[in-house]
Amino acid sequence: MKSFGGKVLFLDRSDINTDEIIPAKYLTEISKEALKPHMLEDLKDFDLDAPETREARVIVSRANFGCGSSREHAPWVFEMNEINVVIAQSFSRIFRQNMFNCGMLAIELPEDAISKLFQHNDGTAEITVDFRNDTITISSGRGSETVPYQITKFDKALVEAGGWVDFADAKY
Amino acid sequence: MALTLAEKIFKSHLRDEPFPGTKVLDIDVVMCHEITTPIAINDLVARGKDRVFDPDKIKVVIDHVTPAKDTKTAQQGKILRDWVRRHGIKNFFDIGRNGVCHALFPEQGFIRPGNTVIMGDSHTCTHGAFGAFAAGIGTTDLEVGILKGVCAFREPRTIRINVSGVVPEGVYAKDIILRIIKELTVKGATDSIIEFQGPVVKKMSMESRMTLCNMAIEAGGTSGICMPDRTTVDYLWPFIRSRYADKKAATADFQKWRSDPGCNYARVIDIDITDMEPQVTVGYKPDEVRNVSDVAGTAVDQVYIGSCTNGRLEDLKIAAQYLKGRTISPDVRGIVSPATPKIFRDADRMGIIRIFMDAGFCVTNPTCGACLGMSNGVLAPGEVCASTTNRNFNGRMGKGGMVHLMSPAVAAVTALEGKITDPRHYRREKLR
Ligand code: SF4
Repeated sequence: MKSFGGKVLFLDRSDINTDEIIPAKYLTEISKEALKPHMLEDLKDFDLDAPETREARVIVSRANFGCGSSREHAPWVFEMNEINVVIAQSFSRIFRQNMFNCGMLAIELPEDAISKLFQHNDGTAEITVDFRNDTITISSGRGSETVPYQITKFDKALVEAGGWVDFADAKY
Repeated sequence: MALTLAEKIFKSHLRDEPFPGTKVLDIDVVMCHEITTPIAINDLVARGKDRVFDPDKIKVVIDHVTPAKDTKTAQQGKILRDWVRRHGIKNFFDIGRNGVCHALFPEQGFIRPGNTVIMGDSHTCTHGAFGAFAAGIGTTDLEVGILKGVCAFREPRTIRINVSGVVPEGVYAKDIILRIIKELTVKGATDSIIEFQGPVVKKMSMESRMTLCNMAIEAGGTSGICMPDRTTVDYLWPFIRSRYADKKAATADFQKWRSDPGCNYARVIDIDITDMEPQVTVGYKPDEVRNVSDVAGTAVDQVYIGSCTNGRLEDLKIAAQYLKGRTISPDVRGIVSPATPKIFRDADRMGIIRIFMDAGFCVTNPTCGACLGMSNGVLAPGEVCASTTNRNFNGRMGKGGMVHLMSPAVAAVTALEGKITDPRHYRREKLR
């Protein structure tokens, strides 16, 4: 299983699409490693080289995260930058499934819970994930709090199996 | 029990339910292109699982960048070619016979009512126009599809859209789907199937139905879906004629792939298009839709007519009706990309290619090309493109570029004027 948690990168916008996460021009790469420097490159007003970007291990964002293209390059570019968890108010179906299929975590939380997480956006926020008990804990200069989350049994099994290929090959 | 069409397809293809609500389906058609498949192939090889579940159910095309534009895209093509040969996959479409996947595969008769279809491409929802469940998926799902012929989905919810009214002059399927996306928003159909019904859809050609279903994903939808009928039979007839006594028998047989009266919809939306104007997007999201009269006059640098949304013969015909005998503005670069070789050939035979060229358009080979900003018409920063494609995301057709989505009719007259223009002010010329 992958390891989850660490410094948080807050992306305070809804409908962040996969073209913004990894532009189509990099889809000619045939290795995941080559994607690494291009994470979130087309996201407007976003500083790719800021330390909080480079040190981030968790992304927190708003509604409909990862909409658009089916490209699994989107989870991969996060994976290559050691970001294995995305927490959002909602996801597009394909992006969400791609995350779990790669053994990564896409956690949906209600709008008010997401807003609470954003209140910790003081540059020091860290999130730990208790995968067994389905909770996350955020801590920052503003204090610390624990929030429960729900993922489907199937998605949990995919994370435990390290992804869908091994799960499916063993079963079908 | 009354079921939606999607529920019927799920029921008939259910292989396993490993957890409540998770449906693992048998897949009838696994489609592959050169952008998302090579990494799946490489991973299967690395895992020592370089196998395919059924070479005849796998359909492969090189379409996104073709001919190859550099070493990397050439490598992607090579990985696909080598793999196709290794596994005896017969349905492979390489340069000279290739075209945009979601136009080419239906044209080949690969999609039938009641099918399950997956592809590592979000616009796979297009194939729902045939009464199929067709979903875009990522590379890992594709890998498992190739290896095992299965894919997992959540229980389907269906949103039904009834389109009624009189189709106004200058309004086409593209305008209707833009209007629907505006209503649903970019996330309104997440985890849902969008079922297109109503008298307007009933009268639509298969091409127009594909345009509707193509953009289901822009509202977050898993698949678009239309009810198969006589129009579907007519389109598929060359491929199914040996199996039915006549078209009537085929139409009757297709009835089993329709939603039952009284089935359960998550939501029903009625749209009357009688007073609708042609629609155009602004901004970077496909639900930011305006009436053409509100954005008319916006200057553009490039006009692109093509893609899996609007690169079919019907689309080229519509554009040509406005372009015939006229020339485009000297300030605009016009690019048209017929979506398949058959479309190209038919358009040529009908004099449509000539009309485009006489008007000053560049005619490219069938490819995705400019649609995703990889080749054949990438925008410079600050440039504006009027486009018949399906995505206006920031950077989609080139970093720093702006894309306005519209019908082939609006695109054609926009090319003539060099600024976004209302096609209703133009007379359509008869094609010969
Ligand atoms: S034409 Fe555009 S949207 Fe359609 S498959 Fe090609 S790149 Fe994707």
